[in-house]
Amino acid sequence: MSDTLADNKTTTPDPNTAPSDGLAVLESRRSAAETYGIPLAVLLEVTHRCPLQCPYCSNPVELDRGSTELSTEEWKKVLSELAELGVLQVHFSGGEPTARKDIVELVQHATDVGLYSNLITSAVLLTKDKLSALADAGLSHVQISFQGNEPNVADRVAGLKDAHKKKLEVAKWTRELDMPLTVNAVMHRQNLHQLPDIIQMAVDLDADRLEVANVQYYGWALKNRAALMPTIEQIEETSRIVEEAQARLKGTLAIDYVVPDYYALRPKKCMGGWGRQFFNISPAGKVLPCHAAESITGLEFESVRSNHSIAWIWQNSEAFNRYRGTGWMPEPCKSCEFREVDYGGCRCQAFALTGDAGNTDPACALSPRHEEIFKQAERESAGTQNRFLYRNFAGGTLESNDHQDKLQDNPNGA
Amino acid sequence: MAGRNISVSETSRPKLPRHTKLKFDETRQVWVILAPERVLAPDEIAVEVLQLCDGVRSVAEMVDRLAEKYAAPREAIATDVVAMLQDLADKGFLTEARESTA
Repeated sequence: MSDTLADNKTTTPDPNTAPSDGLAVLESRRSAAETYGIPLAVLLEVTHRCPLQCPYCSNPVELDRGSTELSTEEWKKVLSELAELGVLQVHFSGGEPTARKDIVELVQHATDVGLYSNLITSAVLLTKDKLSALADAGLSHVQISFQGNEPNVADRVAGLKDAHKKKLEVAKWTRELDMPLTVNAVMHRQNLHQLPDIIQMAVDLDADRLEVANVQYYGWALKNRAALMPTIEQIEETSRIVEEAQARLKGTLAIDYVVPDYYALRPKKCMGGWGRQFFNISPAGKVLPCHAAESITGLEFESVRSNHSIAWIWQNSEAFNRYRGTGWMPEPCKSCEFREVDYGGCRCQAFALTGDAGNTDPACALSPRHEEIFKQAERESAGTQNRFLYRNFAGGTLESNDHQDKLQDNPNGA
Repeated sequence: MAGRNISVSETSRPKLPRHTKLKFDETRQVWVILAPERVLAPDEIAVEVLQLCDGVRSVAEMVDRLAEKYAAPREAIATDVVAMLQDLADKGFLTEARESTA
């Protein structure tokens, strides 16, 4: 899973990007804050099938089965409709997007209708021929997830032997084919000690961009929080390492940094605000305000298989309008001066941690639940529960003790 | 990337790499640059300069052309154009045509 144009990331502060930032310029053209233009980029989760079993997977715990996935023709229709609406970029994601046999055909169709294509991949299913075919079909950018900088930690987190080695190989092919490469590194307590080596790995792979993304705790990651939550000392060290690397590697490697909101005082502007600049489409065709939105029970999401157009769903569906803007907000958000800065944080996190998606995100220091949740996370981060619950269609499989003893590196990075 | 760390000067012959696309967005009626996970909205001058970046024309030739068209001091135009192209090159959105002698 990738972060996209609409995500909560901090980038190297660069005054030159401000006036040319597409979102800022295009958004400022709108007259009223309540007018929602169609997003510039859309995330397409073409399948939930994936050979990896990462314990922090951003897919919902209830995965869409292969049999429910949109067909090739249905995805092509979606791509044509998106292009017509004014969407400029698509991210082919998953699950593992290359688990679909028609991925080259879908990328070709995106190119044919004028969409710019990014591939968000685990890389383990790619052959050189397949990658080359994707490039020929018009693929413009490859983002590969890495779980560490060496196989012991990385293969254990991914729950797949030899995954790391394969990723390195595909990263090399990507650059040989002259496609830009992003290394996506999801960070947590059991791999944060590898961050300096992961940064160097991205440089050695000739990547253009590195995403250092701290785990966001909903869905699978919430189930694994005790095994993943970093200590506050780790986070402080991480921020220091990232800032140093951003300065040192300017012009060589761009580093985007997603901070862990558990240790922040202000919540993240999740998805740029609910229904403001982002939507994704699930394998079965649901149009969602966020890839985790289906975790919120009680909200009905419309499908591209319904009689409604995607534009109608974006503008008029109940789910998109429920938490749009500021009208839905309770206190302390309602009267908060930051209400249009963070839009109350993350709805999925509010639901997961308080049972009501309409509450203030507990990541906010003003939430009545903040202190309690922070303390719990702090306790978990200092704990010794390091076993993963691996992500799969069966609802998860607990890591065996043997496996962990054999493979685990020192989680504290001695 | 091939285009990284290039230093733009008047002798450079820049071009957009395969993964950077300059496109007119019909929906929003603006020019956009499409790059990996990014959409930039260049201003009119930037669009005009980028349309001249074909890998054949040198920056000096572009500057001559713009100075003549806008009847502006060549030196000022050159400074602005080089700075703008350098900024795009630093972000990996611009590359340089390979020297034919290389």
